[in-house]
Amino acid sequence: MNDDGRSTQAEDMFVRPFSAPAAPAPIIMIDRVSKLYETGSGVVTALQDVSLTIAPGEFVSLIGPSGCGKSTLMRLIGDLVQPSAGSIRVKGKSPEQARIDRDYGIVFQAPVLYDWRTVRKNVELPLEVMGRPSELRHTRTQAMLRLVGLSEFGDSYPWQLSGGMQQRVAIARALSFAPSILLMDEPFGALDEITRERMQTELLTIWGDAETDTTVIFVTHSIPEAVFLSDRVVVMSPRPGRIERLVRIDLPRPRDITTRESPRFFELVTEVRECLRAS
Amino acid sequence: MSEDLLLAATDARIEPSGARPISSGRRSLTVLLIVVLIASAWEGAKALFSLPDYKLPHLLAIFAQFGERTQGGSGPIWAVWMVQNAAVTFGEALSGFVLGGLFGCALAILFAASPLFERGLLPYVVGSQTVPILAIAPMVVIALGRLGAPEWLPKAVVAAYLTFFPVTIGMLRGLRSASAESLDLMRSYAATSTQTFVKLRLPTALPYLFTSLKVAATASVVGAIVAELPAGSQHGIGVVILNATQYYNSNPPMLYATVMVAGAVGLCFYGLVVVAERLAVGEQRLRDVG
Repeated sequence: MNDDGRSTQAEDMFVRPFSAPAAPAPIIMIDRVSKLYETGSGVVTALQDVSLTIAPGEFVSLIGPSGCGKSTLMRLIGDLVQPSAGSIRVKGKSPEQARIDRDYGIVFQAPVLYDWRTVRKNVELPLEVMGRPSELRHTRTQAMLRLVGLSEFGDSYPWQLSGGMQQRVAIARALSFAPSILLMDEPFGALDEITRERMQTELLTIWGDAETDTTVIFVTHSIPEAVFLSDRVVVMSPRPGRIERLVRIDLPRPRDITTRESPRFFELVTEVRECLRAS
Repeated sequence: MSEDLLLAATDARIEPSGARPISSGRRSLTVLLIVVLIASAWEGAKALFSLPDYKLPHLLAIFAQFGERTQGGSGPIWAVWMVQNAAVTFGEALSGFVLGGLFGCALAILFAASPLFERGLLPYVVGSQTVPILAIAPMVVIALGRLGAPEWLPKAVVAAYLTFFPVTIGMLRGLRSASAESLDLMRSYAATSTQTFVKLRLPTALPYLFTSLKVAATASVVGAIVAELPAGSQHGIGVVILNATQYYNSNPPMLYATVMVAGAVGLCFYGLVVVAERLAVGEQRLRDVG
């Protein structure tokens, strides 16, 4: 779907289990999902009737103001929370099965590194849990550290690294076991603007270099960030959380600093901003 | 990116918290100052309120006690004899510390695994600590003595009785302190609960465990001494305290000197736990957790 520029936004919002023959089968299908939270003052609807399909290898950003349920939607896909209604299929399986099959790599806003482990040991953690042989763990970790440009920092401890470097370790850790889906919840939200832009470019490089076709779900509240990174931007609105619009980002790849300065970039940023204002 | 790396590399060498290391000269000066202050307060109070020796002996008389001959002049000097007694107490306290520490951790793990157990058992655990140790100690000593237990065991049990409580509370808090996101990560790796426990909960709990072990270290010394008080014991600081109390009227400095030794044993024990903590947890994490 992502290479089919003519498909309209309205069409995208419908579930098409087997979409047009030209498009690859979707990797994630979200069908009329709602999520309610029980709170002290009553029931809060975090998400209402959300439907979305995502193609393999697609980079999709979820954007919207706080309370629009963008993080919840990401967590639903990752089987960290359960939907109240509707269904989610990931690679034709339930999210739970996909999680058990280790299809998800997750990066949060905080790096969440284990501070008693060295950088290398942090990147190795998922492979260790998955019981991979130590030789493979070692080569994988080495490759991942090279990918994020931290080869010389394997024996450092997380607290010896800057915030941006810590987040790179978190990305290396998430990619270490080559998951088919990368879930990122405002991963650059705590970084300063300069580091943030550099990390965005690096993420695209890493994503492009990764040996497997990795699908990325990227939660953010930064419009330029969403536009710069994504194939599609999912604009969400709050109370109750729902999808407002899907904006296709047709900027050519590979993207770099010139992308940010192109007129098309500004047009798309404006388009997303207006969607957000309208919601 | 290269500037980023450089920055971080230099950052690491600077003290992240900005705390200046205290020079050793400054440190010993402070220690000396405190000793002088305490000594002048002691002797000052004695002079000011003209306190007789049986109420407050001279500091020098207390220190002189360490050089006295024991057993009517035939034994070793008091300091040596006291080290032997302190070693007995230390051994009992250490055994109790290990016993109580293990029991405390086991309880904490049980409570962390099952809130039902926690709700059911915690009141008894808390209640056990409100019973005065002076009442418990003779019961334990007599009961275990009847069963033919070795002399050190009842003392270790009483020490363990005081040790396990802070360990349970600290460890339980530690086991529950892993962040929601770090647990989510483990979930996303489809980790088993044993893996999550070993690779996440246990290391997270370690700084909390050591904080409570420090409390437990001194408590276990108190437990061992109290357990030596009931009749029947031959050696230990508790036995010396009883002895010194008996002879207090004729020789007040002995009780003071004994109390000082008890304090020193507690300090040594505490110091050992601090060293173990540095080795197990590491300097930086200690600073982070505070």
